[in-house]
Amino acid sequence: MFDHKTLNKYKAIENKMYQVLDNEGKVILKDWKPDLSNAEIVQAYKDLLFERTVDLMAVSYQRQGRMFTYPPNLGQEAIHIAAGKVIRMEDWLVPAFRELGAWLAKGVSLWEIFLYFKGNEEGSKFINAPRMLPIAVPIASQLLHATGIAYAMKYNKENSAVFGFVGDGGTSEGDFHEALNFAAVWNAPVVFVIQNNQFAISVPLKMQTKSINLAVKGLAYDVPSVLVDGNDFFAMHDVLSYARKQALESGTPFLIEARTYRQGAHTTSDDPTRYRSKEEEEEWALKDPVQRLKGYLVRQGLWNPGQEDELIAGFKKAIDAEFEKAENFREYELDSVFDYMYHDLPDELKKQKNEYQNYLKLAKGGVK
Amino acid sequence: MKVMNLVQAINDALDLKLREDRGVLVYGEDVGVEGGVFRVTEGLQVKHGAERVFDSPLAESGIVGTALGMAITGMKPVVEMQFDGFVYPAMNQILSHVGRFRNRTRGKYSVPMVIRIPYGGGINALEHHSESPEAYFGHTPGLKVVIPSTPYDAKGLLIAAIEDPDPVIYLEPKRIYRAIKQEVPEEKFTIPIGKAKILSPGEHITVIAYGAMIREVQRAMVMAREKGIQVELIDLRTIWPIDRDTIRQSVQKTGRALIVTEAPKSYGPAAELISCINEEAFLSLEAPPTRLTGFDTVIPLPLGEKYYVITPDRILAEIEKLVNY
Ligand SMILES: Cc1ncc(C[n+]2csc(CCOP(=O)(O)OP(=O)(O)O)c2C)c(N)n1
Ligand SMILES: [Mg+2]
Repeated sequence: MFDHKTLNKYKAIENKMYQVLDNEGKVILKDWKPDLSNAEIVQAYKDLLFERTVDLMAVSYQRQGRMFTYPPNLGQEAIHIAAGKVIRMEDWLVPAFRELGAWLAKGVSLWEIFLYFKGNEEGSKFINAPRMLPIAVPIASQLLHATGIAYAMKYNKENSAVFGFVGDGGTSEGDFHEALNFAAVWNAPVVFVIQNNQFAISVPLKMQTKSINLAVKGLAYDVPSVLVDGNDFFAMHDVLSYARKQALESGTPFLIEARTYRQGAHTTSDDPTRYRSKEEEEEWALKDPVQRLKGYLVRQGLWNPGQEDELIAGFKKAIDAEFEKAENFREYELDSVFDYMYHDLPDELKKQKNEYQNYLKLAKGGVK
Repeated sequence: MKVMNLVQAINDALDLKLREDRGVLVYGEDVGVEGGVFRVTEGLQVKHGAERVFDSPLAESGIVGTALGMAITGMKPVVEMQFDGFVYPAMNQILSHVGRFRNRTRGKYSVPMVIRIPYGGGINALEHHSESPEAYFGHTPGLKVVIPSTPYDAKGLLIAAIEDPDPVIYLEPKRIYRAIKQEVPEEKFTIPIGKAKILSPGEHITVIAYGAMIREVQRAMVMAREKGIQVELIDLRTIWPIDRDTIRQSVQKTGRALIVTEAPKSYGPAAELISCINEEAFLSLEAPPTRLTGFDTVIPLPLGEKYYVITPDRILAEIEKLVNY
């Protein structure tokens, strides 16, 4: 449980971090009880494993040359799975690009994600995920969209919160600050989630900011802000639930700094050995989010690690099938280059498309 | 019918759409209580409430980015950039998202929003208050760009822009905000986006212009007529997509074309229009299509602006050169 009192206790300005589990998965808070059933917690653990398996396979598809650049999620899964549990159908999810588990929970299909990273916009339509935005590549720009959506939700009296994601590097962008400020001034129900994975590509956090943490950046805008252990599924779930409730009840924004570590490379084109040490990686490996929830479950007698291999083997089959679906997706047609630019294709674009089609006809007709 | 200037006609269009469609919101810097620095939104907050017509924090990227968020939920935000030179902080949102969201999501989301920007020189202003940035928007896929030159068109084009399912950049020639008065219907009407207008037919040369340059060309035409030159004046009205048909028909008839814009020369709208003429009417040409534009310089501060602004005399000189080519 996380409530007003907890919020007051974990003051960002005092650099206090909300944490439920220790590295072994032992509950360190007195009188703490999960607000999820045992079955739900077991499911969350399976979801963590699933995300991790997808991620490892995606990297290997990329290595095999069957997919282009891909940003791995390894180490940050607890944030995504907790968010996936909290974000409802009627809520909006405004991603950056490293929230895989949350997307899946929102209804995004795996084949779409693979298709997108194979280089087809059809993969960012997310046909079964209403109120889910496409990934945003220009860092932090998406947070303004989240704030605008939240204004619209409030204006239309919808009971709906907006979840906007950004990385630690993104907090240096102007749009991050504008989004927080607009949301505060407008009383817009946005939950901002910073995934502080310690790096923006190769640049470490200390080159990004002099602030004692990233949560304090919300305080100047009068946005309630809290620093959370992002590798702790329960801590994330508690705070996200509270943030959603408060967004809906008082129509106000909330800022979460989820402290985590990007265990993998920035993307498949990156080599982290150039800019960080083995020791640092090993230190963070001890705080691995999957191991921590597993520790909790085993301790509670809710999980038998022996069942894991079989589970993962099943995941792999399902993931391969999804990847095949992406590989067998219909060919990218010329029409798709043009037809989605406008509601009605302007004559100018019709002309450009026609010229190309005529060229193709001539070329096929054997013109030298 | 009611006699209106451009400011009043734009205000009238906003008022009408605010009344008619609950999804329309109007915001920006000083647009609420103040009614905008040019008074374009005057009275709208009192009529429609501060939830629908309001001042936003002073941040252009924020204004445009939040408007995109509203638009993809089905709202129709109409946001104001206070001046042309201050849209630049919003360029990332406009170029990276506003024009791309529909394509990126294969039509799942669309962006029915309007960005209004007072633009252009000739008003004795500080630096950054006299820019002509239309080429940036015309060059950006996914946008439509319109510029009215009369109160009548201002109203009809703005209503069309608000009702358009795609994002429209609506540039307002601030130099003629209050200079031209015209009878404008009080009821609703639209001017189709993508259609130019022949303001006066002529035989000898086609002149294409838009915005505040129309009036300057019209002044030049009076002098040209005295010299026996009949000018066909096209008001482009939409910068993108360009109305090729109107341009083709006109240049095929006259064989000569002059483009007049206040935007800088290189890579500008005039270059685009000349390409269009070459593609559409090359065999009819009696002279090279020519442009009279701003220099490739910063538009000077007021004391130097007299060298930069395009005057009727300069337009006449170009017309004569072309007719006698
Ligand atoms: C505006 C902008 N500048 C630069 C980039 C290139 N870029 C992609 S990801 C990235 C680092 C992002 O770091 P962070 O916000 O911490 O997110 P993370 O990748 O760690 O999840 C950079 C610089 C970009 N995508 N957008
Ligand atoms: Mg980072």
